[in-house]
Amino acid sequence: MKWNGWGYSDTRFLFNKKGQAEFTGKRYRLSGLIIPGLKDWMEGTFGASVQHKSQATPILNSSSVQPPNLNEAFVEELKSTGVPYSHDAEDRVFRAHDCHDDVVKIVELACKHNVCLIPYGGGTSVSSALECPPEETRSIVSLDTSQMNRILWIDEKNLTAHVEAGIVGQDLERLLNESGYCTGHEPDSMEFSSLGGWVATRASGMKKNIYGNIEDLVVHMKMVTPRGVIEKSCQGPRMSTGPDIHHFILGSEGTLGVVTEVTMKIRPMPEYQKYGSVVFPNFEQGVACLREIAKQRCAPASVRLMDNEQFKFGHALKPQVSSIFTSFVDGLKKFYITKFKGFDPNRLCVATLLFEGNRDRVLQHEKQVYDIAAKFGGLAAGEDNGQRGYMLTFVIAYLRDLGMDYYVIGESFETSVPWDRVLDMCRNVKARIVHECKERGVQFPPLSTCRVTQTYDAGACVYFYFAFNYRGLSDPVHVYEQVEHAAREEILASGGSLSHHHGVGKLRKAWMRETISNVGMGMLQSVKDYVDPANIFGNRNLL
Amino acid sequence: MTHTYRGSGRAGLYQDEEFMDILEERRRTSDLGHALRSFKPLPYLGAPPCSVAELNQAVLDSHFLRHVAREVAMETGSSVEEVREEACGILEEMSQNLQLGFIRLMGYALTKVLKRLFTSVFVNMEGLSTLQQAMQQTRVILMPNHRSYVDFLVISYIMFTYDLPVPVIAAGIPLAGMKLIGEILRRSGAFFIRRAIGSDKLYWAVLSEYVKTIVRKEFAPMEFYVEGLRSRTLKSVTPKLGMMHMVLEPYFKGEVFDITLVPVSISYDRVLEESLLAHELLGVPKPKESTTGLLKASKLLQDNYGSMHVNFGQPVSVRQLCEGKINRCQYNLIPRDLPQKPTPEAQACVSWLAHLIVRIQEEGSVISPWSLMACLLLQAPVAVLTEDGLPWQQLTERTLWLKRLALDFGGHLKWPGQVSDSDVMSSSAAIHHSVVHQKAGRVYLVQEEEPERRRAVSAEQSVMRTGTSVLMLASYRNQSLHVFVRPALLTTALDVTNSTHKDELFAFFSFLQDLFSSEFIFIPGKLSEDFEEACSLLKKCGAVHIDQQEVTLSHMGRETLSFLKALIQPFIDSYQMMFRYFCEQGAQVITEKQFLPAVRTLATKLLLSGELHTYEALSSDTQKNVLSALQRLEAVTKMRLE
Repeated sequence: MKWNGWGYSDTRFLFNKKGQAEFTGKRYRLSGLIIPGLKDWMEGTFGASVQHKSQATPILNSSSVQPPNLNEAFVEELKSTGVPYSHDAEDRVFRAHDCHDDVVKIVELACKHNVCLIPYGGGTSVSSALECPPEETRSIVSLDTSQMNRILWIDEKNLTAHVEAGIVGQDLERLLNESGYCTGHEPDSMEFSSLGGWVATRASGMKKNIYGNIEDLVVHMKMVTPRGVIEKSCQGPRMSTGPDIHHFILGSEGTLGVVTEVTMKIRPMPEYQKYGSVVFPNFEQGVACLREIAKQRCAPASVRLMDNEQFKFGHALKPQVSSIFTSFVDGLKKFYITKFKGFDPNRLCVATLLFEGNRDRVLQHEKQVYDIAAKFGGLAAGEDNGQRGYMLTFVIAYLRDLGMDYYVIGESFETSVPWDRVLDMCRNVKARIVHECKERGVQFPPLSTCRVTQTYDAGACVYFYFAFNYRGLSDPVHVYEQVEHAAREEILASGGSLSHHHGVGKLRKAWMRETISNVGMGMLQSVKDYVDPANIFGNRNLL
Repeated sequence: MTHTYRGSGRAGLYQDEEFMDILEERRRTSDLGHALRSFKPLPYLGAPPCSVAELNQAVLDSHFLRHVAREVAMETGSSVEEVREEACGILEEMSQNLQLGFIRLMGYALTKVLKRLFTSVFVNMEGLSTLQQAMQQTRVILMPNHRSYVDFLVISYIMFTYDLPVPVIAAGIPLAGMKLIGEILRRSGAFFIRRAIGSDKLYWAVLSEYVKTIVRKEFAPMEFYVEGLRSRTLKSVTPKLGMMHMVLEPYFKGEVFDITLVPVSISYDRVLEESLLAHELLGVPKPKESTTGLLKASKLLQDNYGSMHVNFGQPVSVRQLCEGKINRCQYNLIPRDLPQKPTPEAQACVSWLAHLIVRIQEEGSVISPWSLMACLLLQAPVAVLTEDGLPWQQLTERTLWLKRLALDFGGHLKWPGQVSDSDVMSSSAAIHHSVVHQKAGRVYLVQEEEPERRRAVSAEQSVMRTGTSVLMLASYRNQSLHVFVRPALLTTALDVTNSTHKDELFAFFSFLQDLFSSEFIFIPGKLSEDFEEACSLLKKCGAVHIDQQEVTLSHMGRETLSFLKALIQPFIDSYQMMFRYFCEQGAQVITEKQFLPAVRTLATKLLLSGELHTYEALSSDTQKNVLSALQRLEAVTKMRLE
């Protein structure tokens, strides 16, 4: 794993000696392939140049990190419990324990010695939730849950599994698959994000249409707090026992305690999976189609609609084709869509689909969805394009690291919004990003793009990507933060929410009061005050 | 090309603009050729075109209109179908039907008319090219002031001439009633709004949805008069907020990213309707807009009206202006297509913006030498003007003095440079032969002739005749009033309070602003800025000394101060005459119908007896303004009598 970038150390984008983009490693479908269109796309979109490189800091050494602020008494007592720990420079940016009981011991010790604890799962947070608060003067312990990664039991009668919360998404899925089951919870970060992190941030998975979001999947959980352990007494599928205490835990972002064990629903692995894609003449038609699908409640396991910029981006990431025949077929398709069907290449957009379940039903479902799409001018564009679309989700984070090597910084953010405001919000936010970049002296037009990634009865989840070439800016990170702030303001003013599934962390705290009202803040604060009066879980997220 | 002089720069306007006469080329080439030229406007916002029928259908299909139709059906007991039918009818009456063929026809006819009326039509080219860029980036709302019927299509004409998208224009319904002309206007992009809509819920709904749909769908740039109507006095009119709110709401509700407002200042050397307007102010009813009326008026075409200036202001972004003034989240909790009463915050924001646009329009107005002369002529006793005449020499010297003051105050003056100053003033007076004439080195006020009546005119009739000329003169003075009004109010405060304390002066300044707030347009909530502006202008021209808390008169400033005081005096006199009317008449309740004639009779009486010196007290506009000032100050209340 990289400490200074996304994902596996062996996997990255680079420009090879011939100046062509290449994706290294063996882990992904795109791995080891040449991507001929990427260079032109980067140069065209950002005005970036392969000549202008800005390398990342290669290694971390102890001299570049401040010495640790240790609470000696706590460290001494920790030694006696046998819980592993480290305060080496690199580990402090990373790692330390083993099971629920260890966590209980650590939390007790932390309370006794007034040490600040910050739970750490997969480290994929994009809300500054894991940053140590600069105002914190106590010794800070990063409570790494990565060693609590076992499935403790599987209940095949009730279709639940009891899992330690440190388990990472892909491991959980792989282990359950071995027994013929799955959770179906697949957030884009599932390679690295952990179950406890999902609970703490109210995560959402791309196949939530079938399996539900994390709050629908959790049946029971345990959290260790400074007051003790909180859990329910049974595993009834629904209870009317006052406000659901799970909802104090879900989304608590590590401010109340550490989630240690979760019982969650599992499903038999799907018999059949089929990808698909639809091209629409424009984004408006695409959104109208998704709205209709949601209305008829026939959304496939996943449906995502990318705007034109993202469609072009996906196009740029096509690997080198091996045969003349494939490129000939691609050419024909392009001709058919743009010339014969009259789609404007600068307006068309594409939806990717994933169907799952019983084979006959999948095929029937597929037909229903394509029929609706046809009413909105949608043309089926093949399984391959769909599958590639989903694969790109995993690859895109690596691409951000490549961008940074060439003066391009970027990030994504998300929101949820009622159906009637989807189009207005997408347009306003994209326009605001372009506008703000220009105002702040960004030399080239930024990449400002979005996709609708989830559909609900009453609205949708929208994901934005934004990136710009920061050459010529003295403080690009600050500019970046200002633009992101402005974009969030625009989301809120356009009727969008503060977050659909990334959470609040420290990045979006400023808007919490207006989001949930004074009374709402007071309610959350009083829970915090009761559960953690000494602010042991002092990451200062959320409130 | 001519240059205009301008003292200070300000947002929303260009400095030192170059105006170009767009008629110059028309005089050299064929009018028909111009009308039939290939017109390829840059696409508005690059948006895919939407037809008039599609636009109207979108209005009728809107959730908002459906909802209101259901409500109206419930309230009136008629069926939803009937109500929707009615809505269809309203839309049909309202809708524009922009067609290129008619734009050409309009272009042809307007070339003829403009060439006949004006020596030149000046347009600031820089403003036009900025407008061109703006039209490709955001929704543009053109907001001209309204001083003459000629304004109506002139912007469309300029757009046509320079290959820009032709706007749709909000017009009063009487225009639609004109045979043939109504239809031509409709096809040139005019849409028609009824006067006095009152509480007709369905009508409001159709209108607001129509306006909002045009803005949302980027159908075309829109043009409307924020003042709501043609100013009868050539002075700015308190902006109307209904239309402004409809235009801005799509931004407030996040339906569009931004809206760009382009204030346009249209100024005339001489206004076509000058005498009609003066008569109207004296209580002679306005002739109904009709095609035959228009044909009869064609004798007006024989005269020379000098030149016309169309000054396109800097486009202003609603998004930028409203920052911190409107919380768009307030619309998040109610479906946006349900009727919703505007919040006080939104109302305040709309009002502020509307007033701001009027202020920018004022600042963009080009002031002619004649307007300065009118200021000075009005300060001479009427008897002198009608009988003895004012020495020409004296008038020209004072005008040159006033020119410097106007420039000091940042006035946007057009003073031709190639000819001598005295020629400039002579030709200005010559254009206005309907108001003044020059004889043997003296200037006289022209008295309207009435050839049919041989009988000697009665004293009252003679007052009216003089009144007509004075009110015409006053209109031309009003063209430059905005330059002087703030320092003039401060001068009045200095004079009345006899104080030097800033606090006291401010209090009285504030009272005057409040009292005259229908008379002179001030941006709400900018009182202190206005006061500071007044102080600094008086200081700049050397009329006063200012230190921390004191404003003291300077010896050099006497001429300036007495000019400014005299500028405001007719208003003060008129207001006092009205207050006297209210105090002296016995009844507690006066109907509006009685009110205007009664006041006019009193004014005439006082003028004849020599107790009142200003004929401006005869103006129904001033009388109405006093009434609304008294209402605002809660000295009178308005009731509806059943």
